[in-house]
Order: sequence, then C-alpha cells, then structure tokens
Amino acid sequence: MPLPMQILAIIYVLASLTFIAGLKMLAHPKTARRGNLIAATGMTLAILGTIFLFRYVEDGTWHSLRHLEWIFLALAVGTAIGWFLAMRVPMTAMPQMVSFFNGMGGACAALISIMELEHVPPAPGEYPYLTLGVAGILLSTLIGSVSFSGSIIAYGKLEGWISGKSIRLPAHQTINLLLLLGILGYGVWLMLQPAHITQWAWGMLALSLLYGVLFVLPIGGADMPVVISLLNSFTGTAAGIAGFAYNNMAMIIGGILVGSAGTLLTILMCRAMNRSLWNVIIGAFSGGAATDEGEKTVRTVSPEDAAIMLAYAQKVMFIPGYGLAVAQAQHTLHELEKLLRDRGVEVKYAIHPVAGRMPGHMNVLLAEADVPYDLLLELEQANNEFPSCDVAVVIGANDVVNPLAETDPSSPIAGMPILQVYKAQKVIVIKRSLSPGYAGIDNPLFYRENTYMLFDDARKALEKIVKAVQEV
Amino acid sequence: MEIITWITDNLQMLYIVILALFLGVELISAVPTILHTPLMSGANAIHGVVIIGGIIALGIAPEGDWLMLTLGFLAVLLGTLNVVGGFVVTDRMLRMFRSPSDKSTK
Repeated sequence: MPLPMQILAIIYVLASLTFIAGLKMLAHPKTARRGNLIAATGMTLAILGTIFLFRYVEDGTWHSLRHLEWIFLALAVGTAIGWFLAMRVPMTAMPQMVSFFNGMGGACAALISIMELEHVPPAPGEYPYLTLGVAGILLSTLIGSVSFSGSIIAYGKLEGWISGKSIRLPAHQTINLLLLLGILGYGVWLMLQPAHITQWAWGMLALSLLYGVLFVLPIGGADMPVVISLLNSFTGTAAGIAGFAYNNMAMIIGGILVGSAGTLLTILMCRAMNRSLWNVIIGAFSGGAATDEGEKTVRTVSPEDAAIMLAYAQKVMFIPGYGLAVAQAQHTLHELEKLLRDRGVEVKYAIHPVAGRMPGHMNVLLAEADVPYDLLLELEQANNEFPSCDVAVVIGANDVVNPLAETDPSSPIAGMPILQVYKAQKVIVIKRSLSPGYAGIDNPLFYRENTYMLFDDARKALEKIVKAVQEV
Repeated sequence: MEIITWITDNLQMLYIVILALFLGVELISAVPTILHTPLMSGANAIHGVVIIGGIIALGIAPEGDWLMLTLGFLAVLLGTLNVVGGFVVTDRMLRMFRSPSDKSTK
C-alpha cells in the first residue's frame, strides 16, 4: 500500500475517535458543544485526507483521485447552501431542518451505492452478482432512498406543506408490507441476473423512494420527531453498509455508531411518550377518536383579570407547549416571568418530556430566550409542586396536560405521563380555540371549575398580560 | 458454503461491527431529555461521513463518463449539505445552553 494510503488509514482512526468522543460528549450538557466541534474537526480531517491521500488501483498502478475541480466545486456549493440554511432557520423549525439534512445524507448513501455497483467485479460461476457485496450495496440503496424520501415527507409535514394528519390508502399497512416484500424480491431477482445490473438497480431505488413516502404519510405530525430520529438511524445504517462496499473504516464506524445510537434515541423518545415504536409507525395517534359532543361550559378570562391573578399569586407555574413555539412567544413569556419575579412571585416552568416538537425542543427555545435553567422543572418535580401552585398557566399545550391519560384507559393517550396541572389552585389555559390537540381528543381540563380559558394567539395574549401586569 | 467463508474472511470486520453497535448504545444511554434534539442533530451530522464515499466515487469516475460525473457530483453536494448543515445546526442549538457566566463571550 502506498504511503499516502497508510497516512489516510491513520487519519481515519483519528476521525473515528473524534466521532466516538464527540457522540459521548454530546450526551452531557457541559461538554455537548465541544463534542460537536470535535466531531466536526474529525470530519473535516477525514474529508480533506480522502481528497488528497486516497489512492486506487487502475491498470495495475496506483492513482490519486481525479476531478478535483468537481469535488471542490460540489464541496463549495454544498457548504454555502448548508451554512446558509442552517444559520437562517429559526429555532422553532429545527426539527424539520434536521430532517432535511438527514434526507440529503440518505440520498448520498443511495447514490454512492448504485455507483459502486459499476465497480463490483462479477464473481465466477453461474450467478456473478449473487454475492454479499452486492446484497450490501442493494440494501444501502434501499435504506438510503427510504431515508431520503421519508425525511422529505417529514419535512413537508412539519413545514405544513403536507397535512400533518394521518394520510392513508385503504389497507395502507398491507400495501406497505407488500411493497417492502416486493422491493426485497426485486433485489433478489437483480442478484440472480447473469449480466450487468446497474440500470435495473434504478428501479429498486425508485420503488424504495415510493416506500419511504408511504412509510411516513400515515404518521401524524406530532410523531414526526420519532420518525425523524428513526430515519436518522436509517441513514447511519445505510452509510455504514456503504462503508463496507467502499471498504472504508471511517464510514463503517461513523455509520454504525449513528445507526445504533439513533435507534436507542428513537426508543428513548417513544418511552418518554409511553408508547411503542410500532404504535407510532402504524400511525395509531392520528385516528382522531370520537368524543362526546355534550354541552360543556367553559369559563373564560380576560388578559387583565389573568394579570391580576398572576400578580397576586405566591407561586406560578408556566406550562409551555407547541403553541408557544409556533407563536414565537418564548421571549414574551420570559418577560412576564421576570416581571412576576420582580414582584416577589415564585415562578417555575414545567417542561413535559415531549413539549414542543421534539424531546428537549422546548428547553432549546426557552434557553434561546435566556430563561435560566434552574427555573425549568422536569415532569416529576413539576407534578410534586403543582398542589402548592396558586396558578398554573398552560400556554399552547394540550395533550400533555390532558387528565384523560390518567382516567380513561380507552383513550389513545392512556398511560402517557402528563403534567398534573389540575392539581393547581387555578389553571389559566392560553389557546387559540377549543380544538383538540394532535391526538385528536377532547380535553376535560378545559371544562373544570378552576380552569379559565384565554382564547388568543399565545404571543398576543402574553403581551396583553405583560402590559396589564405592568399597570397593576 | 459461501457464507461461512465470508464470515471467516471478514472476522475483524464482524468484531468491529458488533463492538460499534454496542458502543453506540452505551455512549448515549444516560442522555438527559433536554439533549435529545441536539444529540439527534449531532448524530445526523456524523453520518454525513458518507460523503467520503461520494468523494471517492466522483474521484474514480472515468474521464468523460458524464453519468458517473453527474451522480458523483450530486452525491458530494448532498453529502456536504448533510455534514455542514448538521454540524452548524447542532452548534446553534448548543450555543443556547451557555451558562450565564459565559454570556459575555458572545
């Protein structure tokens, strides 16, 4: 092996180390940012090393890579677009941005897999393409394509281009299963061909793209974070398998690490919602269970009255939800919190594990608004403190405070841990309307005697309350 | 049996795969909920390592093979989006988690 390739092998060892260390550090708040930068450094090293040091054999001699001008052009354009998109995206739209970038990685894995088919030497014998190498290539084409089209659908759902509701064909799951079996069968058929198969592999890619679309469509918008995390581990797996085809250690280690860590993360996210992954995939949450439409009375409250309740309370708990994120009201909420604390009111935030669009998303949004993290309570702490709260203010949250999860075993959200806001003395719910949340079920909290509804956009309502508190 | 020969020929690889699988799980098993989103985003950036395959595929494409050149160019471009976008987005999210004492360094 020529010297440059030996140096490159060492660079790949270093890059793999930075991926492992980076991932490890990303899992702890103090080291997370440094971990990300370390992994990025390793990645840069691996990319530059590959460009300049990679050597391949052609006609019995070693060559360095061709088309450097094309490589640098692609890198430059990709960096410019990626940087622009990443810097411009608002914090509330992070989940779909991650989904988009994940889809790009999936597409890259699918493309390089198909390209590698050209270079697979036919094995001797009757079936020259019936090898594990070809199987791996087809598999990473399949997974990469599913990840690409699935991620784009998830992106569309979160951006609102595609309805966040469950979209399904009749017998959707049966069609999906048959399609998946069909793709696998097609792959086997390809491997049994006696001659060149690259052009036929495009059919496999097209079917896999279709499968990715059908895989994500029936899943409701509220479950997209879990789907994105799952597709993220898919791309990792596809990258890892493609690494075998390219016999490249950095790709194998990086890909498999993300594949396994991503799978665990997906399971952790499901566990935070007390649901199984399967339950998410079949789109169980989006059925929109019918509820009784009986007459129920709702008490409303004006922003001015809400301000007085808050200003004279001893202890107030804020429960931010996705409505707050959509209305970009985190800064106004922080302003209200400061005002109240200046008046001597004890203020805390109760953060449900799945508040916002992803676990941890709400923490990011509140951190952006400079809310000190010692004011943020996790589910269990918050539930211990609700009974001593004078007022709990629910801002754009619904399912995570729905008592049906505890009382109605037949409810689609039965068993999901909730924030027990009903234990507070008074509850103010800021919400645009009485419409049900993502789970599509009614919320009895809104009809309780100690609940006051404030129907308005979260930001406008909070601005009015802030103004009123200033005047109290 | 082809499978058995393949396994014995690739023993080292198999060990690496098995260890990497467990390592991935082990590394993040104690992650607090607040870091789920940034961690997912960081992992997303790391699988962008697939771009190396794109660089190699483009770099060994034969002169004048426009199909391969186009595909390779596209692969490197998309892979770059994954890497650059992934790391930058993650960094932006994590910058939010500064402790108050670091604020002045903004």
